[in-house]
Amino acid sequence: MAKRRKLGRGVAVVGAGMSRFGMFRDRDSKDLFAEAFRDMTASVDKGLDPADIDALYLGNFSNDYFMRQSHWGPLISDLVGITPKPATRTEGACASSALAFREGVFAIASGFYDIVLVGGVEEMSKRTTEEVAEGLALATVPYEGKAGFTFPGVFGAVATAYFEKYGAGREHLMNVTIKSHENAPLNPKAQYPYTIRDMMEAKKASLEKRGIPVPEWEDEKAFLRDPKVNPVVAWPMHLYDCCPISDGASCMLLVAEEIAKNFTDEPVYLAGMGQGSGRGFHASEALTYFEATRYAAKEAYGMAGMGPEDVQFAEVHDCFSIAEIIHIEDLGFFREGEGYKAVEEGRTRLAGPKPINTSGGLKCKGHPVGATGISQLYEVWTQLRGKAGARQIPNKNLRVGAAHNLGGTGGTCTFTILERR
Amino acid sequence: MEERAFNDISYEKFLREEKLMGSRCKGCGRLYVPPRPLCIECHGAEMEWVRMKGEGRLAAFTCITVPPPFMMAQGYNRKNPYCTGVVELAEGGRVDARIVGVDPTNPETIRVGMPLKVKFLHWEEDGKKETFLAFEPA
Repeated sequence: MAKRRKLGRGVAVVGAGMSRFGMFRDRDSKDLFAEAFRDMTASVDKGLDPADIDALYLGNFSNDYFMRQSHWGPLISDLVGITPKPATRTEGACASSALAFREGVFAIASGFYDIVLVGGVEEMSKRTTEEVAEGLALATVPYEGKAGFTFPGVFGAVATAYFEKYGAGREHLMNVTIKSHENAPLNPKAQYPYTIRDMMEAKKASLEKRGIPVPEWEDEKAFLRDPKVNPVVAWPMHLYDCCPISDGASCMLLVAEEIAKNFTDEPVYLAGMGQGSGRGFHASEALTYFEATRYAAKEAYGMAGMGPEDVQFAEVHDCFSIAEIIHIEDLGFFREGEGYKAVEEGRTRLAGPKPINTSGGLKCKGHPVGATGISQLYEVWTQLRGKAGARQIPNKNLRVGAAHNLGGTGGTCTFTILERR
Repeated sequence: MEERAFNDISYEKFLREEKLMGSRCKGCGRLYVPPRPLCIECHGAEMEWVRMKGEGRLAAFTCITVPPPFMMAQGYNRKNPYCTGVVELAEGGRVDARIVGVDPTNPETIRVGMPLKVKFLHWEEDGKKETFLAFEPA
């Protein structure tokens, strides 16, 4: 039995912000982070003097590769005007900023700091698709890279193993995509704020305009089955199973629980958090789940004194459609091998009993890898404060939400539970 | 057999010699392919080399149409995809390997569970020799 984790003192989130996510030719990491920072400071109800920030923890996976620039901690502390306060970069592939969040929590819980800025940033779109694939593949394990696996490739292989074991198929993956795209138009920060139907109608209009015969797509799935609009990337992962290449930034203000009310009358508290590490896909226990996620969840539930049934909604790391199905099983929301049925039944929709990825998820919101972890927590925070606008979960008594972030091919997984008291 | 460190350099060197090699813990007997220098079962550090028969079954696969640059250099692209996968070895354990002798443009014809045998793909570019581990239908 794992030791029950606890903090030396409680930690609250009193502000959160994120930039719009997207592919921006004329924007860079610094101005994206500036946007997230302004958004965060505006969200602190009673105001924040940035001079009071004790330290920065910043998640960034690989601007070294993408932008040929490393050492982003001080670049960002300088950007927001808090030098010479310490700035530390964390790296855990696509879970880099979830690790920044954890470091911020530890720093406060230890009593060392009281007010900590945590954030993440990534700028990917200035590379070609193939270069981005290569850059991301740096976070696979070496044998995967050598065998020609890309990230979509690893998750494609996960899907074939899952299909074989549980009898699911491509149509079930489409349910995830369609569900995420239902939420996306409700999120003004999303990279692709469109439903699949919107995209289908737009495609029809564009074909008509160019005098090209318009195919008879009777519904969204027919559209997604059309290889011309939804080509294979890494079988069975097609374009619409994959999150996009994105630029973006996110940040949060963490403070010691006892001073939280100086910043807002409505703090959101950290209830539990966990992190696990994994061995690479080929060496994992099974090819149909992620051990690191299960470990992270167990730690977080133990610390919070909660179970999966207590978590009312969650953001999960849907880098690929199959991943969302596996995560909602690994986190205990649905039984092993039944996640795809839950999605099919609409249980994970915005108005369903367990809303998943109300933000649109990585698929629609975008996935600037280093910024993703804290952008997920941003969504949980926003929902818990009832400020999610059109995508606000209809449940009037929303108290507990969580975020699951996955790095690499399951090498680093985190699960973080936030609560309103 | 000459002494070689239980690492990825040796693993690759053996592949160039058309040998698929793993390490076995002298303490508890657990087998690792690719080799590990430390046993993650009993935490022993005494290993010995073991040669695999090169037989297995397909545990998971994908057919990739958007390859990384080094695979593009080998001629793969949207029109010419390749198959790669995870192979469960007859001796136990799994390896990542290219899957050849199948039709990557027709992935529905590739079945999880199909029996495979090892094949070594030798590649030379700018004087640098490399061998890629592959499996083909048995």
